[in-house]
Amino acid sequence: MTRPKQVALHGISIAIGALIVIPVVFGVLGGFKDNGQLTTNPIGLPDPWVPENYTGILSSGVFWRQLANSTIIALATVFVVVGASSMAAYIFARFSFRGREALFTVFGVGLMFPFAVAILPLFILLRNIGLLDNPLGVILPQAAFALPVTIIILRGFFRTIPAEIEEAATLDGCGAFAFFWRILLPLSRPALATVSVLALVASWNNFMLPLVVFTDQSWWTLPIGVSAFQGQYATDTARVLAYVVLSMVPALGFYAVAERHLVGGLLGGASKG
Amino acid sequence: MNRVSSPVATRKRGHRPTLRGAGTIAVFLAPALVLFVLLVLLPILVAGYTSLFKWNGFGVPENFVGIDNFTRAFGDSVFLGDLTRLLLLVVLSVVIQLPFSLALAMLLNQPLRGRAVYRVIFFAPYVLSEVTTAVLFTLVFSPDRGLGEQIAAVFGAEGVAVFADPATVIYALFFVVSWKYFGFHMVLYLAGRQSIPRELGEAAITDGASAWQTFRHVTLPLLGPTIRISVFLSIIGSIQLFDMVWVLTGGGPIHASETLAVTMFSYGFRRFEVGYASAISIIMFLLSLIFAIFYQRFVMRRDLEGAITTRGVQR
Repeated sequence: MTRPKQVALHGISIAIGALIVIPVVFGVLGGFKDNGQLTTNPIGLPDPWVPENYTGILSSGVFWRQLANSTIIALATVFVVVGASSMAAYIFARFSFRGREALFTVFGVGLMFPFAVAILPLFILLRNIGLLDNPLGVILPQAAFALPVTIIILRGFFRTIPAEIEEAATLDGCGAFAFFWRILLPLSRPALATVSVLALVASWNNFMLPLVVFTDQSWWTLPIGVSAFQGQYATDTARVLAYVVLSMVPALGFYAVAERHLVGGLLGGASKG
Repeated sequence: MNRVSSPVATRKRGHRPTLRGAGTIAVFLAPALVLFVLLVLLPILVAGYTSLFKWNGFGVPENFVGIDNFTRAFGDSVFLGDLTRLLLLVVLSVVIQLPFSLALAMLLNQPLRGRAVYRVIFFAPYVLSEVTTAVLFTLVFSPDRGLGEQIAAVFGAEGVAVFADPATVIYALFFVVSWKYFGFHMVLYLAGRQSIPRELGEAAITDGASAWQTFRHVTLPLLGPTIRISVFLSIIGSIQLFDMVWVLTGGGPIHASETLAVTMFSYGFRRFEVGYASAISIIMFLLSLIFAIFYQRFVMRRDLEGAITTRGVQR
C-alpha cells in the first residue's frame, strides 16, 4: 500500500474512533467535574478534579446492589436457558419422532416474538401468579424468550458430533442421559460458550421487562438504575455522568477481557439466528 | 447435512423408538416446552384475545369490540406516524448506516497497522446497553452543559437542542442508533469478507480489474449472504426499537420520535388502554412475521432454507 493511502486510511479510522471515544471520555471527565465546570468547560480537563461524584456513588450501596442484581439475574437466566435448551436441542438433533420438525418450527417462529409483543399479557400473568417484584419474574421470561435462538444454535452444533461416538457410548452401556451429560455437553463447550454469551448480554441489557416487573427499588438492575438516576438527578449532570460511566465499566471490562469470545458469540448468534 | 443421527443408527441394529425412547424425549423436552408455551406462546395468544376488547387491564375483559382497536390504530395519527418513522429509519439504515459499515469493513480488511485496535474500538459501543447509550447522549447533547453545544460553537454555529426539536429528533435518534450498532454490522461484514478466498480477488487483479471493479464484481456478490442477514437484523431491530427511544426522548417532542413499541407501551402502562395497546403489539408481531417470511422466501432463499418457512437453519 502506498504511503499517502496508508495515511488517509489511518486518518479516516482515527476520525471515526474519535467519534466513538469522545462521548465516553466526555462522560469520564465530566464525572470528575462539578456542574459549574461542566457549564464553563465541558471539553477540557477538570480543574480542580472533583472525585466526589464517583466516590459518593461507590460508597452509597445502591450502585453495588444494582450491580449484584444484574449479575444474579443474568447468571440465573443463562443457567435456565442453557439447561433447558441443551436438553431440547439434544432431542431435536439426535432423536426422530413424528412431529419433530413441526415442533422445532414452533420454536423457530419464536425468533419473531420480541418482548414488546408479549409484555402486556406477560405483566398481567406475572401479576396474577405473584411474580412481580420477584427476580423469577424477570429470569423465567428472559430465559423463555432466549430459547429459540439457543436451541437453533445448539441443535446445529449437536448434529456435527459423529453418530459413531454415540454408538460407541451406547455399546459401552451409556444411556441417553449419561451420553448427554458426560459426552455431548463436554464436547459442545464452544457452542455452549456462544449461547451463554448471547443470553448473558441480552439479560444484562434488558430494560423493558425489569422496568415493569420491579417497582421495588431493591431489585432494580443497572439499566433501570441508570435511567431512574437520570430522572432523579436531572439537574445534576455531573453526577449522572459519573453513574453512567460506572455502569459502563462491567460491560466494557468484560469486553476488554473476553473480546474474542464476546464478538464470536454475538456474531455466531446473529448469523444463525 | 447430518441426518444420519442416532435413531437411524439404532434402527440398523434392529431397535425401534421404544416406550423408554418416548419417555426420554418427553423428559428432555419438558422444561423448554413448558417455559416456551407458558411465557411466550400463551402471552401472544392472550394479547390476540385482549386486542378484541376495550379493557383497562384490571379484572376480566368484558367489553368486546371486535376489530375496533385495529381500525382505530389505522386512523390514529400517532400510530400512522410510527409506521412512517419506521420506514424512514429503515431507509436511513439501509442507505447510510449499512454502506458505511461495509466501507469500514473493507478499510479494516486492508493491511493497515493497528487495525485490530480500530476494530475493537468500533465494536465497543455495541456492548453498552441501549439505556446507557441513551443517557450518555442525553447529556452529550444537553443544551447547557453538553458537548454538542461546544462543538457547534467551534464551527461558529448556534447550538441546537437536537432532541427537543421535532424536525431533527428522528435524525438525532438515527445517529445514536448508528453510533451503537454500526460496529456490529462492520464486524459481521469483516467476518464475511475474510471467508472469501484471497485467490478470487487476486485473479481479478491479474486479469486487469481495478480495485473498484474487483470490489463491485467479485467481493460484493460474494458478500451477498452477509449483507442480506445484516439488512434483516437491522430491519427487525427497527421494528422493535424501544429502550433507546424511551430513555432518550420518551417518543417526544409531540410524538416526533415515537416508535410502535413506545406507543404500545404508553397506552398499555401509562394510560391503561390495554386492549388498544394489545392491538398495537399484535400489529408489531404480524409486521415482523410477515416481513420475516417474505424476506426469507424471496431474499434469503439462496442462502439458507428459512428458519421460519421450513425446517430451521440447516447447516
